[in-house]
Amino acid sequence: MTIKKQRKERLVVLIVLGVLAINFPMLSLFSQPRTVWGIPVLWLYLFLFWLGFVVMIALVMRRGPAERS
Amino acid sequence: MGWQWIVPIVSVLYLGLLFAVAYHADRRASAGRSLVNNPTIYTLSIAVYCTSWTYYGSVGRAAETGIGFLPIFLGPTLIAAIWWFLLGKIIAISKVNHITSIADFISSRYGKSPLLGGLVTLFVVIGIMPYIALQLKAVAVSLDVLVHHLDQELSWDGPAAPWSDTALYVAMILALFSILFGTRHLDASERHEGMVTAIAFESLVKLGAFLFVGLFVTYGLFDGFGDLFRRTLADPQLRRLMTFEAMPGGYVSWFSMTLLAMMAVMFLPRQFQVLVVENVNPAHIRQASWLFPLYLLAFNLFVLPIALAGRLIFAGQGMDPDTYVLTLPIHGDQVWLALFVYLGGLSAATSMVIVEVIAMSTMVSNDLILPLLLRFRSAFREDLSGMILTLRRGIIVVLMLLGYLYFRLLGESHTLVSIGIISFAAVAQFAPPILIGIYWQGVSRRAALAGLVAGFAVWTHTLLLASFAKSGWIAESFLTHGPWGMAWLKPQALFGLTVFDPITHSVFWSMLANTGLLVLVSLFDRQNAVEQIQALNFVNVFEKGARGGNEYLWSGFVSVGDLKKLLARFIGPIQAELDFANYLQHRLLKLDEMAQAPAHLVAFAEKRLTGAIGSASARVMVSSVVKGEELDLHGVMRILDETSQVIEYSQRLELKSRQLEAATRQLQEANERLQELDRLKDEFISTVSHELRTPLTSIRAFSEILRDNEEMEAGDRRRFTEIIIKEAERLTRLVNQILDLARIESGKMEWHVSRVDLVELMRDAMDAILQLFQNKSVRLIFHSPEQPVMLLADRDKIIQVMINLLSNAVKFCESGIGVVEVQMRATPEEVGMAVVDNGPGIPEEDLEKVFEKFHQVHQARDEGRDVPLGTGLGLTICQRIIERHQGRIWVESRLGQGATFTFLLPRDGKSA
Repeated sequence: MTIKKQRKERLVVLIVLGVLAINFPMLSLFSQPRTVWGIPVLWLYLFLFWLGFVVMIALVMRRGPAERS
Repeated sequence: MGWQWIVPIVSVLYLGLLFAVAYHADRRASAGRSLVNNPTIYTLSIAVYCTSWTYYGSVGRAAETGIGFLPIFLGPTLIAAIWWFLLGKIIAISKVNHITSIADFISSRYGKSPLLGGLVTLFVVIGIMPYIALQLKAVAVSLDVLVHHLDQELSWDGPAAPWSDTALYVAMILALFSILFGTRHLDASERHEGMVTAIAFESLVKLGAFLFVGLFVTYGLFDGFGDLFRRTLADPQLRRLMTFEAMPGGYVSWFSMTLLAMMAVMFLPRQFQVLVVENVNPAHIRQASWLFPLYLLAFNLFVLPIALAGRLIFAGQGMDPDTYVLTLPIHGDQVWLALFVYLGGLSAATSMVIVEVIAMSTMVSNDLILPLLLRFRSAFREDLSGMILTLRRGIIVVLMLLGYLYFRLLGESHTLVSIGIISFAAVAQFAPPILIGIYWQGVSRRAALAGLVAGFAVWTHTLLLASFAKSGWIAESFLTHGPWGMAWLKPQALFGLTVFDPITHSVFWSMLANTGLLVLVSLFDRQNAVEQIQALNFVNVFEKGARGGNEYLWSGFVSVGDLKKLLARFIGPIQAELDFANYLQHRLLKLDEMAQAPAHLVAFAEKRLTGAIGSASARVMVSSVVKGEELDLHGVMRILDETSQVIEYSQRLELKSRQLEAATRQLQEANERLQELDRLKDEFISTVSHELRTPLTSIRAFSEILRDNEEMEAGDRRRFTEIIIKEAERLTRLVNQILDLARIESGKMEWHVSRVDLVELMRDAMDAILQLFQNKSVRLIFHSPEQPVMLLADRDKIIQVMINLLSNAVKFCESGIGVVEVQMRATPEEVGMAVVDNGPGIPEEDLEKVFEKFHQVHQARDEGRDVPLGTGLGLTICQRIIERHQGRIWVESRLGQGATFTFLLPRDGKSA
């Protein structure tokens, strides 16, 4: 039960951070016609966030050793 | 052969492949080797979210707004993070309650209200129909674009006539597919494995095609991302697409679109169907919650590059950005890639239409048509299962035709993206009653109703009618001046609010109205019993103890046979018989047809029916056979009140029970003490009475002898009289001692403390008792000290103790050889005396008991003496008196070597 509760807390924090990360004002920092490695920063930021977010969900959802039994 | 023939034929062949996939999956399922019981298939089926709107429309939107297409996919990514518990709860509720559609979910939550279910269905049809039309339009347009760009000689002459319109045939094929794989069984809670597998397959096709065209455009037409972005940034027109400037509505619009997409990915009817109804195992959410966002990421990776490439290549040609995905490969002379891309778009459109139509047919039949039908023809008794299936199939055809008609009407008036977002805003209205309803028990039916109606009214006014006005279906002045010239009702500036873009404006007002009314009305409303039970069932779906309130829903009478007949009408007699047998066997019950059905059996039948005809209709049907009161209102209320507070109470109860346990333990101990005391008291009384009776008996006996024998000899007469006197004295002594003891023990004894000389007291005591010693020829020795031994004490009481000890000693001494010696004893703090005799002594085990009341009596009897030697209270009184003086008294003895009674009293400071 505690594993479930902790995972729920982690997921809630994750979505809150996610909403903060891809909204004003965080987003306005990247809203400029510059490029990094030849890629516009806004586009790069959003897709890197996206990938990072997916990895984070996968990590939180990973089956712990306690659940495997 | 011209492309205008090849493309339709390929389309039909592709759809044929879809049938084959679905057929194969259904075969596998019935063979017990399900393909669908797999988290990856589940995730791919969720990707039905990506429609032709994503496929073609995203690029179109990106070409004009830069990253403006992304919220539609970032929203689902964000919400997927909490699917594990949010979706998990919705799935659990749906499985427990046999819920098969979003309308049924809302209706069931709010007291199985047929009105709510019907309303939600109506809203879905109004809100989603344009969306289906949009998919058909995408199929038609993509086909036209492909054919006309490949066959340059064909001229574009407007939409084809219906009979030669491929879109119509596609719609009919899709209807056929939906009927074949979506309405096989009546119980909609049974999954449609073939359909799901086909959808998953289509998700792979559309993703593959889009990735292919993206790679081709980026690396075939351009020199990779770097090249593409460099040329974009060099163009002053396109440069702004790289920042937020191009996004209409800016950050606020970005946020509201994200929010809408979050709701849409869960509450669009097709999403609810694949996420909840078709879910095989809730554990699949675990993988889906990260794999689905990853799928979206992959899908969107090339959207902006394709859009930018289109803008760069077709600059100034007036090409519709929605068609870039198709026209770019054609531009690059990749005909077969273009055809593959077209098939990808066809996949996106058809998968959406199939699932949406199946989901909607369930809703329309269960929540719109059946309740009406059952209301007006509730008397008919025949088997309805076949009829309902036919009804659903008819609904599918009608929905598909409506979609097609809408598409023909729609014409060229809308770009893809605006229709999609209007549908999103429509289904977002379901979010408050569902999300709040599964966490807050207090939301009432009327509150949900008020919120939904208000939300939809605002949506209709601000988005739907406004879009009609833009299309020219209603007067333009509706937009510019408001309805009937009322400016404060202008659909895009309600109450003069002009800071938002139209979508955000609508979302703001509709959500405010919806959520606001939902909460406010709930606060002032009273739920009826069915509502309360359902609210409890939904909110506490994971609480084992709180569930099962369903069984209280029925309290009337119905026979098992009638119930079975009712079920048979909807799911067929064989299935009904099987279900009942299984259920009764599981519960270890034996009920014949005439027996009254227990409440849980009625609840089971209702749930089984819910799967087939929806919760509202199921309730109506079951109540039509249950006689008498269907619901014991007061009982239910009471049970509910109890159940809903179970968690809170149990903690308090635990505390109370702990306190009670402690109290019980204390009480038990007290009770044991009391019982012991009671026993002692009884014993004391019986002993006292016995002791009193013995001298009385002898007095009476000797008195009678004296009375009856007048000529008795003088010697005998005298002897008898003396015995009588002695016994009377003993009786007096006994009574006095009992009174003494009682006074001491109750604290009523008067104490006269003065400075006394212990030696003098002993001499007085010895004087008083000397006769006794002389009578029995026992020697009494006392080596008295020269100095007086002064201390504070009650003179008479101490003498009483001394006399008692001396008389005790003389009693046990044998006549002639008995010697009793009184010795002085002293410690630094105490002083006292010891009375030593040379009598038989006291057995070791009795040493402690000699000071107990009446102890000595038993000992005397045990030794077979005919006359008791004392009252048995003397030593007890001595002990009490000495203790009262803060002194101590004890006995030392060995059997056969006499006994020594010693008492010590605290010294007085002034004594010498």
